[in-house]
Amino acid sequence: MTDLALGRPAADRDHVLRLLQTYGVYLGVAVLLLVNILFTPHFLSGENFRTQAVQVAPVLIVALGMALAIGSEGVDLSVGSVMALSTSLISLYLGYGVWVALVVAVLGGMAVGAANGSLVAFIGVQPIVATLALMVAGRGLALVLLPQLKDVRDPNMASLGSGALLGIPYPVLIAAALALLVAFVVRRTTFGRQLLAIGDSRPAAQLAGLPVRRVLVLVYVASGALAAIAGLLATARLSASDPTSLGNLMELSAITAVVVGGTPLSGGRVRIGGTVAGAVLIQLLTATLIKHDLPPSWTQIAQAVVIVLAVYAARERSKR
Amino acid sequence: MLSVTGLTKSFPGVRALDAVDFTARAGEVHALIGENGAGKSTLIKVLTGVYRPDAGEVAYAERPARFATPLEAQDAGISTIYQEVNLVPLMSVARNLLLGREPRNRLGLIDFRRMHREADEALRDLGVRVDVRRPLRELGVGAQQMVALARAVSVNARVVIMDEPTSSLEPREVRTLFGVIRMLRERGIAVIYVSHRLDELYAVCDAVTVLRDGKVVHTGPLADLDRLRLVALMLGREIGEVADEGVTKFTGEHHAESEPVLRAERLSVRHRLSGVSLDIRPGEVVGLGGLLGSGRSETAKAIAGALPPDSGRVTVAGTSVRTGSTPAAIRAGISLLPEDRKAEGVVPGLSVRENIALAALPRLSRLGLVDDSRVDAIVDTFMRRLRIKASGPHQKVGELSGGNQQKVLLARWLAMNPKVLLLDEPTRGIDVGAKAEVQKLIDELAQDGLGVLLISSDMEELVEGSDRVVVLKDGAVVEELTGSAVTPDALLSAIATTGGPAGAEAGAAGGPAAPQHLRETS
Repeated sequence: MTDLALGRPAADRDHVLRLLQTYGVYLGVAVLLLVNILFTPHFLSGENFRTQAVQVAPVLIVALGMALAIGSEGVDLSVGSVMALSTSLISLYLGYGVWVALVVAVLGGMAVGAANGSLVAFIGVQPIVATLALMVAGRGLALVLLPQLKDVRDPNMASLGSGALLGIPYPVLIAAALALLVAFVVRRTTFGRQLLAIGDSRPAAQLAGLPVRRVLVLVYVASGALAAIAGLLATARLSASDPTSLGNLMELSAITAVVVGGTPLSGGRVRIGGTVAGAVLIQLLTATLIKHDLPPSWTQIAQAVVIVLAVYAARERSKR
Repeated sequence: MLSVTGLTKSFPGVRALDAVDFTARAGEVHALIGENGAGKSTLIKVLTGVYRPDAGEVAYAERPARFATPLEAQDAGISTIYQEVNLVPLMSVARNLLLGREPRNRLGLIDFRRMHREADEALRDLGVRVDVRRPLRELGVGAQQMVALARAVSVNARVVIMDEPTSSLEPREVRTLFGVIRMLRERGIAVIYVSHRLDELYAVCDAVTVLRDGKVVHTGPLADLDRLRLVALMLGREIGEVADEGVTKFTGEHHAESEPVLRAERLSVRHRLSGVSLDIRPGEVVGLGGLLGSGRSETAKAIAGALPPDSGRVTVAGTSVRTGSTPAAIRAGISLLPEDRKAEGVVPGLSVRENIALAALPRLSRLGLVDDSRVDAIVDTFMRRLRIKASGPHQKVGELSGGNQQKVLLARWLAMNPKVLLLDEPTRGIDVGAKAEVQKLIDELAQDGLGVLLISSDMEELVEGSDRVVVLKDGAVVEELTGSAVTPDALLSAIATTGGPAGAEAGAAGGPAAPQHLRETS
């Protein structure tokens, strides 16, 4: 009898924690929306939502690649530098036409990803070290290619940055499409399934004959490509290439979005819906605090609290 | 010198040590042996202060002792040399030797000249000559082992514990090591020696303690014990006492065809395998016998491409298979059920469905897109055929019982339509009911024409399940038992054989396998 009486609340608590871990990020977004609707003037306007969405798009796109890397039990610190490299390449190749510039920028990101992936898969360098090397090298290369800020004056780029379809800005549409694509890849393709197996148990995946190296290289190539796309969208929106500051600390924002979204750092799971919500949560949090005239340091503290909460929930889960 | 009485240590679900009495005397080399899970490591960890005993006394130099940490034990004079050398690879040999007690000059800085001289002397004492200023990692594994040993001895050790010290040594280095051990014995140091190599035990040890299932089954002078008896004690099987039939679910007889489906020729892996050859015919279960560390798992892994061999060939149905590549082996039809099911077999976080489909995914996909209906069909078929008990195909494999995890792994491989199944301890750690089911399944698979390689520490399982048994010792084939010669007694005596392999042709039917020379270890 006592066992039963003691057992019940504990099980309930576990259950609640598990639900919180899975759906906490959505709850967070809902709460923030509610708070803003009630207390923030002019929050419920199309213009405001557009602004928020446009701001979150690059972070979200980078976070999608980061989710793949983290799902494979790795991490990609080079994403911010890839954005910088992408913006430099656009400025350099814009003369050949806007499409050439965009393609070259994405190829550049994929090349960095291939270097990351090769270091990880073939040489066995730890992901955090390999991508740290490319983070430094990538930013350096971006600055060599384009030493200082340069305006990007191109009508196509301008429309990519500020145009809209049915009232939805292009960057937001692109981010949404990429999120759907990555979710589809994770759920439905052999690559996605193999990626999860490798992230969960590398020795088992190897003994099951999975192409471990190929999958790992592809993961980082995908992450590089996505970061490059984020870079070119940011360039289009700013109408300028700024390789010194574009993408600074982006890797940390992306990791935050992924972790807050409930993807465990230990690999083996990728939650795309959660990652999207995680990026939105951080964006809303920042916006809320700014709109209420709180200093930027408050934003950082609030972010830190959210991260700690997310990690706490994840810890409870892994202990079971 | 160091003794324990009534030592008991339990972990959740297991009693690792059960009222163990053990005494290591000064000037004696004491062998500590036992199969996997017998309690050797636990005993060593209690002696060195890593674990605290639940009950029982530890006495050191005639006085009760209780070491709270490994450091305390070390300071008291108990040194341990582990299988894997635990030194700092980038530091110089001398710094490693004197780490934490470097000689200092008047300014309190390290006196390098004195340090190098002292280190050199310590190594010379052991008959090792190396430049002590060079980083440790430039030395061979054997020399590194010697540095570890010199370090252990130079801290004024009175008890030295060696955990499989020879597993990565060359024969010459083993001889040096034995010289050092004898020297330690002369100095009145108590040596506790853990090894599975019988030749080594008889070459260097005075006394022996055999552990089995956490209990001491024998202790006494080694000279009084012949090899056969020692092996019987370790495995817990008395000669002539083994139940003959009906303990397992095996029927025993299969109709094997004449042409082998798998042929492994002279597989060699440095320090692990020397020239192992074997072949498996369709519909045949070939057992792989031998003690722990004899190279059974390594043989299976080398065949399955998970352990790249230095030399040797693997052919499946006459076609050569690229060695050292798991995907190549799997394409050729070789499937391995690894020994460590949890770490190397199942992917615990994924569902039953994903685990079953894992290896076959490329076959169940079109243009990289997984065909879910085909996956469902296969998963459904195998879950029913193997009677996998799960709440559904979407339950996580990590939540299943050991037996069901094993069935999931079997299903993963059967979905690939393999020609050869390599089963490494397929029934270890699973409950009795599931064990019988898995055994019956192995039987059925062989009857369906699969070639099966069965590795098992369970003697009844091996004898009753196999049509033939290839016996390994120190990484080489020593004997092959066929047909009616497959009996527990024959297996025991084969395992206990002295010296090198009798005839290493090992069933390479008519193959030109030259006899391989076993490394001399004494």
